[in-house]
Amino acid sequence: MDETFFSTMVLTFRLAFVTTLILLLIGVPIAYGLATTRSRLKPLYETVVSMPLVLPPTVLGFYLLVAFSPESALGRLLEQLLGFRLLFTFEGLVFGSVLFSLPFMVQPIQAGLQSLPPSLTEAAQTLGKSRLTTLFRVLLPNIKPSLLTGTVLAFAHTVGEFGVVLMIGGNIPDRTRVASIAIYDEVEALNYAVANRYALTLFVVTFAILLLVHLLNRSFVRKV
Amino acid sequence: MVEIALKKGLHTTEGAVDLVLEGSLRKGEFAAFFGESGAGKTTLLRMIAGLERPDEGRIVVDSEVWFDSSAGIDLPAAKRRVGFVFQDYALFPNMTVEENLRFALQKGEDPAIVGELMAMVGLEGVAGREPLRLSGGQRQRVALARALVRRPKLLLLDEPLSALDHAMRIRLQDELAALHRRFGLTTILVSHDPSEIFRLCGRLFHLSGGKVVREGSPSQVFVRERIGSSFRVVGEVLAIEPCEMVYLLTVAVGTQIVQIVATESEREGLDVGSRIQIVSKAFHPMIFKLSH
Repeated sequence: MDETFFSTMVLTFRLAFVTTLILLLIGVPIAYGLATTRSRLKPLYETVVSMPLVLPPTVLGFYLLVAFSPESALGRLLEQLLGFRLLFTFEGLVFGSVLFSLPFMVQPIQAGLQSLPPSLTEAAQTLGKSRLTTLFRVLLPNIKPSLLTGTVLAFAHTVGEFGVVLMIGGNIPDRTRVASIAIYDEVEALNYAVANRYALTLFVVTFAILLLVHLLNRSFVRKV
Repeated sequence: MVEIALKKGLHTTEGAVDLVLEGSLRKGEFAAFFGESGAGKTTLLRMIAGLERPDEGRIVVDSEVWFDSSAGIDLPAAKRRVGFVFQDYALFPNMTVEENLRFALQKGEDPAIVGELMAMVGLEGVAGREPLRLSGGQRQRVALARALVRRPKLLLLDEPLSALDHAMRIRLQDELAALHRRFGLTTILVSHDPSEIFRLCGRLFHLSGGKVVREGSPSQVFVRERIGSSFRVVGEVLAIEPCEMVYLLTVAVGTQIVQIVATESEREGLDVGSRIQIVSKAFHPMIFKLSH
């Protein structure tokens, strides 16, 4: 029992950690692209990125389930080419969570970048710096609060994710059973005490993370 | 030698305007773009720096082609050796004064110039401070020093002193003039302040509605235009009081409030709130030196 609790918690936070890391890597370029593009298709791109905010998680989960099932063309292709199975595996959970938490990472970073005066970028250009140098040495260091907000929101959102995970991950102990699903499961089985343990742990950890962020953000602001 | 021929269609509040500039600057010349706000001064400066794209034209600096629409050449801003001082200074808040200057160093360049420039504009004392903890004058100096680190071929100043108070402006104008004498940098200053241009520039392009309406030395341009043997000031009438045979007008001129005497015929048609021009002969003014 204790072992199950422990391994479920580890899996939950491992999923959130890996997802957040991947989101940081892809979220910064996407946010930068959205903040700087002059394309007429910008509203379309923004809509795609922000869809998960309003889409029921089960809808996204359902389509991922259909797309990745070994009976579908895409699922077969993935399995044959990469030996990779996304349904009912940890990798699949990461994939779904990345898609689903994408706006929580992208939107704060994009807003942060757009709030910087354009003259900062232009000054770096006239000083002979490339776009990449400008991004890493001028823009990102000046939006630390936004980066932190995006990271934490993505992390917390992944920890709490239920619908997508249930659809494509199922409820396999040690592999795809995360805390939010375990709570549901234990309540179904009328194990309220166990459910409470999961719930309380999530509650406390989430509270602690958010508190830390607000404290850190305050120190950023004070420094400025 | 800098040769500039630029054309760009602009959409302004007064409709579509074609911004046109043709001219050349000798090496070491200190020129000004002068005109009302909205005349296109800043846009011209930005096109020269490569921050905005002209519709057509050519920019050649020291026989290096920066832009040539007919040949399809458009060097990005990072490849043009310009020093640009922005109106808001655009100092990087995450770096100290010294780091701001060091950031401008190119790969493999000797960092000694950073120290030299800081000494020259008197910033050694604040080298470790973040820009947000500097005074306006200090920020302006950092922006100027940072623009010089790259040893630009052309220095572009976009209303660099407009955010400063009068005394600081005068001091920085002197410093700018001294730096210019020392480096002999070809410089273009955007300004709408005639006295600033008079003090600093040898050459002046007066822009209006996107076109150069006059070009020459400041005294050539301004003397014909604005300098005469009388003072002309514009003010707003605050009060009109009858006083014996005449009237006493209280007028706001800039930040000053003056009382002047008006005759019956002058008073006619004037109400509180009217804008008036006051002309006074300058034959016998009293002159006092102010200490700043």
